[in-house]
Amino acid sequence: MEEKATSILYVSGVSVTFDGFRALNNLSLVIKPGEMRAIIGPNGAGKTTMMDVITGKTRCDTGEVYFNGTTDLRVLDEAAIAQLGIGRKFQKPTVFEMHTVFDNLMLALAGDRGVFRTLFGGLTAKGRKRIDEILGIIRLGDLAQTDAGGLSHGQKQWLEIGMLLAQNPKVLLVDEPAAGMTDDETAETAKLLKEITGEHSVIVVEHDMTFVRDLGVKVTVLHEGSVLAEGSLDHVSADQRVIEVYLGR
Amino acid sequence: MRQIKLILLGLAAMVCVLAALDPSPARAEEDLAPLVAILAEGGLSERAEAIDALAATGDPRAVPILEALADGALMVRKADGAVVIAKTAGKVLALTDPVTGVALAEVASGALDKIKVNNRLRRSIRDAVGALTLRSKDTAVRLIAAKSLFDSADPESIEALEGAIGVESDSTVRTAMERALAASILASDLPEDRKLAAVTTITALGGRDALSVLTPLANGEDAVAAAARKAMTAINNTLALWDAGQAVWYGLSLGSVLLLAAIGLAITFGVMGVINMAHGEMVMLGAYTTFMVQDVIRTSIPGLFEWSLLIALPLAFLVTGAIGVAIERGIIRFLYGRPLETLLATWGLSLVLQQVVRSIFGPTNQEVGTPEWMSGAFKVGEMTITYNRLTIIIFAMAVLFCLMLVLKKTPMGLQMRAVTQNRRMAGSMGIRTNWVDAMTFGLGSGIAGIAGVALSQVDNVSPNLGQGYIIDSFMVVVFGGVGNLWGTLVGAMTLGIANKFLEPYAGAVLGKILVLVFIILFIQKRPRGLFALKGRAVES
Amino acid sequence: MITRLLLNGLGGRAWIVLSLLLGLPLLIVLLNLGFPEGSALHVPTYAIALLGKYLCYALLALSVDLVWGYCGILSLGHGAFFSLGGYAMGMYLMRMIGDRGVYANPLLPDFMVFLNWTELPWYWMGFDVAPFAFLMVLVAPGVLAFVFGWFAFRSRVTGVYLSIITQALTYALLLAFFRNDMGFGGNNGLTDFKEILGFDIQADGTRAALFLASAVAVALGYIICRTVVGSRLGKVLIAVRDAESRIRFLGYRVERFKLFVWTLSACMAGVAGALYVPQVGIINPGEFAPANSIEAVIWVAVGGRGTLVGAILGALLVNGAKTYFTAALPDVWLFALGGLFIAVTLFLPKGIIGTFAPRFAGKKMGSGQAEKGVALSEGGEVKPVNASAGE
Repeated sequence: MEEKATSILYVSGVSVTFDGFRALNNLSLVIKPGEMRAIIGPNGAGKTTMMDVITGKTRCDTGEVYFNGTTDLRVLDEAAIAQLGIGRKFQKPTVFEMHTVFDNLMLALAGDRGVFRTLFGGLTAKGRKRIDEILGIIRLGDLAQTDAGGLSHGQKQWLEIGMLLAQNPKVLLVDEPAAGMTDDETAETAKLLKEITGEHSVIVVEHDMTFVRDLGVKVTVLHEGSVLAEGSLDHVSADQRVIEVYLGR
Repeated sequence: MRQIKLILLGLAAMVCVLAALDPSPARAEEDLAPLVAILAEGGLSERAEAIDALAATGDPRAVPILEALADGALMVRKADGAVVIAKTAGKVLALTDPVTGVALAEVASGALDKIKVNNRLRRSIRDAVGALTLRSKDTAVRLIAAKSLFDSADPESIEALEGAIGVESDSTVRTAMERALAASILASDLPEDRKLAAVTTITALGGRDALSVLTPLANGEDAVAAAARKAMTAINNTLALWDAGQAVWYGLSLGSVLLLAAIGLAITFGVMGVINMAHGEMVMLGAYTTFMVQDVIRTSIPGLFEWSLLIALPLAFLVTGAIGVAIERGIIRFLYGRPLETLLATWGLSLVLQQVVRSIFGPTNQEVGTPEWMSGAFKVGEMTITYNRLTIIIFAMAVLFCLMLVLKKTPMGLQMRAVTQNRRMAGSMGIRTNWVDAMTFGLGSGIAGIAGVALSQVDNVSPNLGQGYIIDSFMVVVFGGVGNLWGTLVGAMTLGIANKFLEPYAGAVLGKILVLVFIILFIQKRPRGLFALKGRAVES
Repeated sequence: MITRLLLNGLGGRAWIVLSLLLGLPLLIVLLNLGFPEGSALHVPTYAIALLGKYLCYALLALSVDLVWGYCGILSLGHGAFFSLGGYAMGMYLMRMIGDRGVYANPLLPDFMVFLNWTELPWYWMGFDVAPFAFLMVLVAPGVLAFVFGWFAFRSRVTGVYLSIITQALTYALLLAFFRNDMGFGGNNGLTDFKEILGFDIQADGTRAALFLASAVAVALGYIICRTVVGSRLGKVLIAVRDAESRIRFLGYRVERFKLFVWTLSACMAGVAGALYVPQVGIINPGEFAPANSIEAVIWVAVGGRGTLVGAILGALLVNGAKTYFTAALPDVWLFALGGLFIAVTLFLPKGIIGTFAPRFAGKKMGSGQAEKGVALSEGGEVKPVNASAGE
């Protein structure tokens, strides 16, 4: 109980079944405020499904999911969970292609999401300043008025991270941020994510071992929908079962 | 004078009863003649008695005489007062002797006097004919007689019925007679115990006929009324069950029509994900193919008419299947992944196809005939089952199961499922995905054509035929769950039965509206239908 | 705040569109009323009525474009909202007949007398008061759209499923309004109108006024649409259209945005129907036919979806063509209309404006690329199609 009360994200005994296939099997995970956690695991280990459960896209069959130790996420929808302060970056970069980079960030910017507020309320000076800041961080300042559809793959990844920043969530779920990036970009991304941590809690799902090593944080290994091992990268790399299902290949 | 006639009548009746015991034609002939003469001479009351007397002879030849009397064809020749049966033959009247049946000379209509009858007489003639035919050698005639006596429920026929039952050998006819007897007893003033027994017999009969016999009895305090009321409750309950059964039947019938219209859609929409708004027009083209086949058969080989639907089936499949392939190659393949655009383009296509048919065949309904083996109906208890509806239900099931076999057991079905599940993978395994797309769409369209052959039997064949089905069939597919043929079956039958059960309470139109509203609400609740597939594969 | 919002919505070439929308009708009316019949410059009154009808269609097209072009909701049932607005106006016009009907009943419309009804049904109450009736023009379609949308969007019915149930909606209403005991005139609908706001409905002046009112309504509709799509809400709508699930994860309640724009659009369609009825002189259940609603979609597609001005242009062009063909070559019209559906989707997916004059569309026009955006969205999109794109 202690653990739950001090956690920012508390996942306990969660199972999800799709037509007989167990995507998650009694999965438990506790993230503390300000912590960054890397999640690794082979394909089909349930990484994406776990994110789906946390963000309200998929409902779990059994188990508990709590935010801040008190808010039950199982009864909320995606929008409510996002408004609580849980942001998500998808595996494939998903930005609004018909909107400019600037507008993408504006849509993500923390603020009132009501229908009439968005109809009548314009962008505040503070908001504009924040967007400019983020544009600097993600190095898309020159492309602010370009349609996001015209960005390169890596730029889209960065824009999406920028959108996460604009959202200013308490918890960031980041799915394979380095996929499709060059080595330099990967290193930059790791640096960026590390900078974010502290104010925010971050869960990173990644395949790229170098990237995970760059992050230098606690690692959770998923396998067949449950936690196989947890600890530092070196610790889990030494685990015989982990080697068997994942690293050894 | 009058008394003499009565005595004569009585004598004649006695003789006739004797004659019945010894049915010798020569004797009978002489015995019928005087009665016929009384028919001509007497007043209405004598006529009535003469009719009863004729009935009592049990002579089958009395039947045409009485029927002629009822029809006003029994006449008196003015010249000699002879009774004749007259029949119009051109401008003159052909005459026959009522007793011997020998043809007599033709006369002009002015030469005859009609023997008048009133309604009361007609009724007694009908009863008399009924009583007479009870003794007919022909089982069918006896059965009809028994049934007509049931309807008239005249206490006068009790004796005739009792007599007939005593000698009746056919059990069906005897049962009918016993019921007629029971009905007659209930209309008479016989003692209570006989009436109670009759109520039991009538209750066993059941149905609306029994109700109409029992209803007049129910108002009363005596044991018979009580028994009648009890019997009516029981019969009404049974009838309600039959009504429900009939509604289910109509529902299944409507459901099978919906199923036929929707199966093809379940392939194109359910399996391929293509919204084909011209699907109804494929059905319509199938119906027109049937019309063409029948047209050719009528003009060149009329002998094959009984086979016309069976010939039309493969032709309709080929015609609409080929059109389907052409549509897929010409339009739909450019629009994969753009469902809303597909919807619009195929809607445009449906307009074009309708207009083509309208230009060729005209806007009016075309006559499509029904083969002999699909006509008619039979009764199960209180339910009427027509052969064409029965055929369509069986046919719809057959089409569904054949399609399931094709999808599950044939290489083509395997390829179809492979392509729809993972196009790129299927392609890299050497499946020609373009070809499979075209074939799948052709299959769906071909089945729509087959449906058109069946629908030509129950609906008007006009250019608008398809329009009436498109919304309903989409509802069926969506309600049942996209991509699931069992769902389509359950969806079609549920909607069909729901429609028919709502009709008596809400009327046909309101029933349909209620069903539509129900589906609209249902889709809100389960957006992927009754038998939706679950899991990540569906969503991504 | 509102002014800034309006300026935001009316930037760029919107002024050109607006001046055309208001200037041309004004000119036509002047030519109609100012020059005597027989003059070369005279515009006949029947042409005014016809053009007025087109303008009502243009407003309907605008309302369809607002939900389809900007929010990705393909409505095949907007005719229902159009007709409801029309019926509300029709009921007012019926009450205005007074005792001039065939049966000279001061209270009951003719068809009710014919059905032996003795009193006015409760839902006809108040329709003799113009402001109430005009309010109902907005309320009736608005409430229907709100209730329908509330159910549909909350349970995330999207794509073709939504299209089909909108079609079922208008079909159900079609069947319902055909019934005599609904109290809306059954098969024959409402007709034989005499006057509107005290003016003879047949008079040239009234017709010209109705025509101008339609033009003003289209202009207002255009301004409202531009304002909505130019606001931050408009950007949310486009995001919903292109990647519905993604915008949820940014914390936007997609269903509320859809419900807002859906209801707004239905009200606009209702106004279009209300202006249509006095100009054509009749409203009957045929207006609910699903085919009508789909035709409205093709106007938008021809002009260019997600361009607003394209919707107006498409409605005018297609209906102009329809009038010409149905008179000159009646058999050809359905071929032409059907062919138009196919040709536009295959060869002109962006429509006329989107292809030839995208500057008029405002910056954010929709196009064939819209689907690309959806296809790219990960996971959550409950797509109606499980066959993947033909790539």
